[in-house]
Amino acid sequence: MTGLYTLFHKELLRFWKVSLQTILAPVLSSLLYLLIFSHVLASRMEVYGGIPYTVFLIPGLVMMAVLQNAFANSSSSLIQSKITGNLVFILLSPLSYLEIFLAYVSASTLRGLMVGLGVYTVAAWFYPPPLQSLIWIVLFAFLGSALLGVLGVIAGIMSDKFDQLAAFQNFIILPLTFLSGVFYSVHSLPPVWQFLSHLNPFFYMIDGFRYGFFGVSDISPYISVSVVLLCLVVISGWALWMLKSGYKIRS
Amino acid sequence: MIPAIEVQQLGKRYRELVALDRIDLVVQPGEFFALLGPNGAGKTTLISILAGLTRPSYGTAKIMGHDVLSGYREARKKLGVVPQELVYDPFFTVREMLVIQSGYFGIKRNDSWIDEILQHLDLADKAYVNVRALSGGMKRRLLIAQALVHKPPVIILDEPTAGVDVELRQSLWQFIRRLNLEGHTVVLTTHYLEEAEALCNRVAVLKQGRIVALDSMHNLVRSTRGYTLELRLSTGALPSALDMWRGKHDGSLHSLEIKDYSEVETILSLLRQSGVQILDMQLLQPDLETVFRKIMKTQDADGV
Repeated sequence: MTGLYTLFHKELLRFWKVSLQTILAPVLSSLLYLLIFSHVLASRMEVYGGIPYTVFLIPGLVMMAVLQNAFANSSSSLIQSKITGNLVFILLSPLSYLEIFLAYVSASTLRGLMVGLGVYTVAAWFYPPPLQSLIWIVLFAFLGSALLGVLGVIAGIMSDKFDQLAAFQNFIILPLTFLSGVFYSVHSLPPVWQFLSHLNPFFYMIDGFRYGFFGVSDISPYISVSVVLLCLVVISGWALWMLKSGYKIRS
Repeated sequence: MIPAIEVQQLGKRYRELVALDRIDLVVQPGEFFALLGPNGAGKTTLISILAGLTRPSYGTAKIMGHDVLSGYREARKKLGVVPQELVYDPFFTVREMLVIQSGYFGIKRNDSWIDEILQHLDLADKAYVNVRALSGGMKRRLLIAQALVHKPPVIILDEPTAGVDVELRQSLWQFIRRLNLEGHTVVLTTHYLEEAEALCNRVAVLKQGRIVALDSMHNLVRSTRGYTLELRLSTGALPSALDMWRGKHDGSLHSLEIKDYSEVETILSLLRQSGVQILDMQLLQPDLETVFRKIMKTQDADGV
């Protein structure tokens, strides 16, 4: 356990030492979204019959921050270690592939949750959202953060250069997040787009997370949690296979 | 006795390229072993397989009796590797790096040993300095320190003195020699043949993925018969009486290949008879470099 804990702790220190950039900056940018979108759209939109748009927006923004930062943590840590070559220190150690996986994913999950909590705290201070079920909130935040932490591991292993990682982020993670209903209820979309949204796993994370706040959602939280869990298992299996086979990190 | 390193029929293929061609090698505990060979000979591939960074295409490799694949945890605990590239993690200080590296090996409290390594490697006053701020030589020493945190019985150093200045090289040699005297098995690769000659007691020479020579340093160096007599003569040209020794010459400097010391006498008397004056004279012992060149040449002639 010492090995696993050490790598987890090292990953934690890695982002904690630059927390201005890894925690505060994402909190600030989420709040800017809140400020701008709520100002522009608050008067035009009302969601779930009576919930003000600004309040509706908060859980979406919190979840978006969670997901993006969990992904950023494992992916950028891995690619930096690969490019600078210091991944060798981990590869030379007796750490198993499972330990490496768990350490990277749990540190990323924690960063995602920390940023999410930061966004929530500041946003709730201005516009406190209701809180129907803390369990659903924590569950979806945790699963979403872990899932993106795992995706970050995959992206970090697959990318050889920073621009490949940026492509992963810009062409996969960002569109899936923005089209998942962060800024709107999927119910307000035309049927085709509603259908497409249901194919996006990110939609279930945000919809389920929002259910914890309002007790209302586009889809049952039980379905959402099943979809997210299934994704987590499949993606984790993929990441573990990569680490076990040494794909791109052990020649 | 369990060998420190045992390699059987070990090979690595990258598609068409054979980086390592079914080699067998045993290094006994306590040996100071040199892996020599030109670039691309397979030295780093061999080290990478032993370290678990590369998977072999065939054959087996063991560290202290533990297979590097099936028993990788034990094998890696017994092995300390100093990589060739000057890699470091810019987020941490020297001490943090060593504490973290200890943790990877399952060691929780390692402070007194870390202090000791820092002292020996002359890094004690840099313990709380960020690794980024270290000079190249210091980074090299930190890499050695990192390889030693778990007190491995077997240490592999891949080009430990590449790009290191003369003074530091001497102190590194001293340190590595001490590790060996304390009972560590040391394997090093180097481009400086005098380094291998000064430190190691056994050598393997690799070429194109094969071991082309494997012997004690003493035997290998002595295997080249004879000496070289270097003469700088007043006349420039070599007197015809010395035709049978004619070797290389560079202007008035002649290198004659001789079998033993008695021939020196003959040569000197022949020179005296020819009335040629000797301006400078040097008798060269065969060294590893001569041997190395010879091995490489023979192999080429064999069409390997």
